[in-house]
Amino acid sequence: MNYSRSKGFGMTLFIVLLLTPIYWLLNMSFKTNQEILGGLTLWPQNFTLANYAVIFSDSSWYSGYINSMIYVSMNMTITLLVALPAAYAFSRYKFVGDKHLFFWLLSNRMAPPAVFLLPFFQLYSSVGLFDTHIAVALAHCLFNVPLAVWILEGFMSGVPREYDEMAYIDGYSFPKFFVKIFLPMIRSGIGVAAFFAFMFSWVELLLARTLTSVDAQPIGAIMTRTVGASGIDWGVLAAAGVLTIIPGVLVVWFVRNHIAKGFALGRV
Amino acid sequence: MNKVPNNRAWWLVLPVFILVAFSALIPLMTVVNYSVQDIFGPGNAYYVGTEWFREVLADERLRESLLRQFLFSGAVLAIQIPLGIGVALMMPKSGIKASLCLILLAIPLLIPWNVVGTIWQIFGRGDIGLFGWGLNALGLDYNYTGDTVDAWLTVLLMDVWHWTPLVALLCYSGLRAIPEAFYQAAEIDRASKWAVFRYIQLPRLKSVLVIAVLLRFMDSFMIYTEPFVLTGGGPGSSTTFLSQTLTTMAIGQFDIGRAAAFSLIYFLIVLLVSWVFFTAITHLDKEK
Amino acid sequence: MIEWMNWTPTVAIFFAVIACILLTMTVYEVVSPCTERKGFLPISTTRGDRLFIGLLSAAYIHLAFLAVSDITLWVALAVSVAWLLVLLRWG
Repeated sequence: MNYSRSKGFGMTLFIVLLLTPIYWLLNMSFKTNQEILGGLTLWPQNFTLANYAVIFSDSSWYSGYINSMIYVSMNMTITLLVALPAAYAFSRYKFVGDKHLFFWLLSNRMAPPAVFLLPFFQLYSSVGLFDTHIAVALAHCLFNVPLAVWILEGFMSGVPREYDEMAYIDGYSFPKFFVKIFLPMIRSGIGVAAFFAFMFSWVELLLARTLTSVDAQPIGAIMTRTVGASGIDWGVLAAAGVLTIIPGVLVVWFVRNHIAKGFALGRV
Repeated sequence: MNKVPNNRAWWLVLPVFILVAFSALIPLMTVVNYSVQDIFGPGNAYYVGTEWFREVLADERLRESLLRQFLFSGAVLAIQIPLGIGVALMMPKSGIKASLCLILLAIPLLIPWNVVGTIWQIFGRGDIGLFGWGLNALGLDYNYTGDTVDAWLTVLLMDVWHWTPLVALLCYSGLRAIPEAFYQAAEIDRASKWAVFRYIQLPRLKSVLVIAVLLRFMDSFMIYTEPFVLTGGGPGSSTTFLSQTLTTMAIGQFDIGRAAAFSLIYFLIVLLVSWVFFTAITHLDKEK
Repeated sequence: MIEWMNWTPTVAIFFAVIACILLTMTVYEVVSPCTERKGFLPISTTRGDRLFIGLLSAAYIHLAFLAVSDITLWVALAVSVAWLLVLLRWG
């Protein structure tokens, strides 16, 4: 057998297996509950959008998406604002304790959120931030900032120092050089870092659920309410699940060529 | 790159330092405080010294959950790393097909973790899920909510489904960094496929593989949401991993002192492992 | 504001000591910067690396004492300090 054809076949098989569970969710979201529980059908027999209508017409449902969006974008903004200068410092300068600071940051990416759950709850309650979007955004910074610093540092180290020196000779001040010259050069790095901040904030639920109760509740927490007195509303649950996948798919398109480098923390 | 010694760079790092210290140091100090006290309520706590640590270290349930966690993380690495390398080797090298593969591979990574649990909860059910129904139709007695082995395999399969693409993406980017000339040289030498993999591709993959192992170990070590949604830790406590044991203890039973002592031990394990890997990564960077 | 942190003197002393060690090391580093060297550890380390290894192993030494014996932890502390000093000097 032709070698590259068998490769293509293997790849196709893997992708198909990968997408089957997602297809099943999508399939279910277009079915009525009678059809779901009535028997196994490979595609919707009575195609319906009713499950989606439930979500889009009920503010307690769609506000979950809005809440998630709000804290995710807050988190992305904060993460990039603080991580950019720090990554520059790590990539350009040697200073007291730099390696250890870097490792300490990284260890926070590795720390299990469950360890900090209770103190987090009390910390944010005591400063009056409980059940606000900013609380979740700040809590997610714990693992997003270290990751962003690591990714950006990798990209920034790829830009030769000579550019910095040339800019100073040309009379640029540091902030002007940083914004006007340096940032455009690591555009893709910033995009990737933003993407990862988005991703990890979007998929995380444990902290988000613990730090909110009503006003800032994420969609993941709202989804648990499909368990009603009459059992689980599978159709709506599936529809809600499908809607959480869409933003990620849209965003990944923009960073498709850099995503792997991002996962390698800028180190390929 | 040769870096310039300059301690004023601390000013650039300061915002990150303050932000992370706020979210990391204050809770850490609190956990240490909790771990040496028996807490009944606000302002009603007794100093018990190292009592909790002794109990936790002797606790059969925690040992079991720790063992289960290591087994799970080990299994995750043993399956996902080779599979991920395999997928990366099969991926098209360039063009629209490669982009398409990248995007499709990335999709499972972007699904919120509770939804991953939900997907598999549905997919694995014998009555409404394709996977469970299919296995039952083949004559296998499969039921992930009742059978321990099935539950384990389902959680493992879910994790493989969820995270193998990450390993594949990492390896893919590592493979793309190999200059074409290497392959041409191998072709002239009539090297076998295996030789090409063993002596050209694998050495070049070393640094990304260290990162892949690090990320996969860490994330599987703190897995919580997916098995919680899928099996709720059951049947019995067969799929209750460390994070879930901890969360139940702290929030469910409000056993704060014990949970805090356990947290610190958990954290120390993570700290040691991540330090070992971090050292490995920085040393690989230096070799370059 | 900080009642929920439930501070106790022991933990306060513990963190104060850690902070002092870090501060001393920082000042020492600024006054006389150190270079990486190879001691009995399998990797070449800086002073800070050795301190970190020492502190981490101290934590494990304490846990080991708690897990397998009823001996007072002062012994564990003494062992840890001795190990830390050995590490800083010859590591």
